[in-house]
Amino acid sequence: MTSYFNEMYEGGEVRPPYARLSDWMASMPADRRLEKQAEAEALFRRIGITFAVYGEGGDPDRLIPFDMFPRVFTGQEWAKLDRGIKQRARALNAFLVDVYGRGEIVRAGRIPAHLVYQNEAYERAVVGFVPPKGVYSHIVGIDIVRTGPTDFYVLEDNCRTPSGVSYMLESREMMMRMFPDLFRENRIEPVDRYQDLLRRTLASVAPAKCERDPTIVILTPGHYNSAYYEHSFLADLMGVELVEGADLFVDGAFVYMRTTQGPKRVDVIYRRIDDAFIDPLCFRPDSMLGIPGLMDVYRSGGVTICSAPGAGVADDKAVYTYVPEMIRFYLGEEPILNNVPTWKCAEKDDLGHVLANLGELVVKEVHGSGGYGMLVGPKSTKAEIEEFRARIVADPSNYIAQPTLALSTTPTFVEEGIAPRHVDLRPYCLVGEKIELVPGGMTRVALKEGSLVVNSSQGGGVKDTWVLAE
Amino acid sequence: MLSRTADNLYWIARYMERAETAARLLEVGARIALLPTAVGYRSDWDSLLRAAGSATGYAAKYGAADQKAIESWLFFDRDNPNSVASCLTAARENGRIVRTALTQQVWDALNTAFQELRQIEARREKAELSRLTDWVMKQAAMVRGAIDGTILRNDGFNFLNIGYYLERGDATARLMDVKYYVLLPRAEYIGTGLDNDQWLMLLRGLGAHRAFHWAYGGEVTSAKIAHFLILNPQSPRSLITCVAGLNNHLMRLAKAYGRETPAQAASAHLLAGLEGLSTDHIFDEGLHEFLTRFITESAALGGVIRDSYLSGDM
Repeated sequence: MTSYFNEMYEGGEVRPPYARLSDWMASMPADRRLEKQAEAEALFRRIGITFAVYGEGGDPDRLIPFDMFPRVFTGQEWAKLDRGIKQRARALNAFLVDVYGRGEIVRAGRIPAHLVYQNEAYERAVVGFVPPKGVYSHIVGIDIVRTGPTDFYVLEDNCRTPSGVSYMLESREMMMRMFPDLFRENRIEPVDRYQDLLRRTLASVAPAKCERDPTIVILTPGHYNSAYYEHSFLADLMGVELVEGADLFVDGAFVYMRTTQGPKRVDVIYRRIDDAFIDPLCFRPDSMLGIPGLMDVYRSGGVTICSAPGAGVADDKAVYTYVPEMIRFYLGEEPILNNVPTWKCAEKDDLGHVLANLGELVVKEVHGSGGYGMLVGPKSTKAEIEEFRARIVADPSNYIAQPTLALSTTPTFVEEGIAPRHVDLRPYCLVGEKIELVPGGMTRVALKEGSLVVNSSQGGGVKDTWVLAE
Repeated sequence: MLSRTADNLYWIARYMERAETAARLLEVGARIALLPTAVGYRSDWDSLLRAAGSATGYAAKYGAADQKAIESWLFFDRDNPNSVASCLTAARENGRIVRTALTQQVWDALNTAFQELRQIEARREKAELSRLTDWVMKQAAMVRGAIDGTILRNDGFNFLNIGYYLERGDATARLMDVKYYVLLPRAEYIGTGLDNDQWLMLLRGLGAHRAFHWAYGGEVTSAKIAHFLILNPQSPRSLITCVAGLNNHLMRLAKAYGRETPAQAASAHLLAGLEGLSTDHIFDEGLHEFLTRFITESAALGGVIRDSYLSGDM
């Protein structure tokens, strides 16, 4: 049986960052815990933080489970993560500017051309266009797992529109409200600068044609979207309008929003909809969500779109394997954070290895997300493995495989009391004129015993993430 | 403010007021059913459906009028866009869309109404009509109170109030029309004891029978009631109160935006028309004819407001 690193303990002793929490945990009888849990749930529901899951029916206003037991990093641990995350965000953006420009990395033979130029996420419409400040991905969400005291791996990069930052902010809010003593006893780095940094980041990439304080909006697919709460939450925190496609229109060289006082020009659009839907004239003609003509204005420098159309080519799961190469190529540095070793089923040797070891591997769809369409070998039945094998054989290039990582655990409140559950981490790196990272992120926890899948759509929950001040 | 946001705010108010109207109709209906009248059971309930503007939808689904079915139609039925359940759900949905334009208290009130509604729906067999209608009034009052108590007096507040007043004026006119248009189809009833009983019931349905007695005293007459519900600016639901309120909030918008639209002219016109009236004029025109005209003009004003502020096409 695999042994897992429990972040609270080392050699039978409580690790220093968790020392205070150990007392706190001991002083929490079951009835008080249940009371607090109910209080948290009532607060979340009242505020309206809900998470809808497509295709499951049932309660459209489902709450994401919140676990009160925080996950803690020391200042030192975080310093390393901070450097590694920013390094990665820089390299990913350099890669994007390059592949929509001269394509030096491809010419140098450091990444196969077909992987870039024949990638579904490669956007021909923006070839040769450099967005303001050379930034394609303004909010980079990097999923990180831990396997030991000093071992961190990047599981995947999210360069388009990573969601979940509202959980980082609201989990903290909730904990401060319910357990103020914990924050007096522990020196915890605050995360609430995030909204100001996000606003500043977006303002810093306003188009050159904008000579005044830029008007920023968040573009949402609408209130039926599962992340709608987050969209409205961020708009509110930043004090910007939350718009839908129909609220915007193009007139001449600019984009305007429809207001009760007539049209108002928009300079920066933080869009939370996919490339394919933002402009029916340029991309999917059947899109009801987009703004006809938006891409023309974008390419002529009349508006900035964040993340930039085309950014998705950097977070493709097949391209992922080359991120360490990007770091070496563009920055001349060695990667601070490791990639998980990955086999590409598109390659014959790798495919052989994957098919021979399906029982031990995690297999993912190259373009999949949300924990759907994946196989966790050690947790699957024979029948499930065989079914998946057939799918891989039918379309090998659609799959990659990774070893089943021994994801770390942290103590988590469960029915029977407190038990270790597996966690991951998604910090949100902001890239504009500067690169910024607030000390924290969204920690997701797999609430089911033994489960390694932390996605909220698959029964995962969230925790507050602490970084202790040095 | 985004036109769509203004539109959502306007509809939150309209749906909340409409939910209240559905509840009031149910209450009036329940009381009529308790009265020993010669008019008969069936047509009374029919008239309510007509006032609620959903007689056709009901007939298509249930056929003949039946008290239980009508109660269910007006309160619970999601196929009826004007049922209490549909309206409270729509109000909350509009609120969710513009969550950031609302205060915590207003959202709380909208969300609480919706969450409680779901509990009521889960055990609807046990629900008593009088409790249900009381509950709706209470929820409506909570939302209204949260709006009055906590919302900034900005354009959003004006759009909310415009929605409330427009819907309320329409509802008062429709409720009155129930009385005259259907409950008393035959002219010989007018002025009889039966006539007055039903008028009083109408006042009760509008929560205004005590206020009426305070304001007028003495015998209840059709003229007094018509004055109270149409022309008395002290009455909180009279047509003139609603139109004046509407006009006031449109004027505030024009001032804040530094720009008048056709909506201001249209509301001023409607208000001037009411201010020049007496009950004699109304009865000369015919109460039903007058009410029908008002409902049409009020709907037209709604259209002008939509074109001037809410549609985003300017």
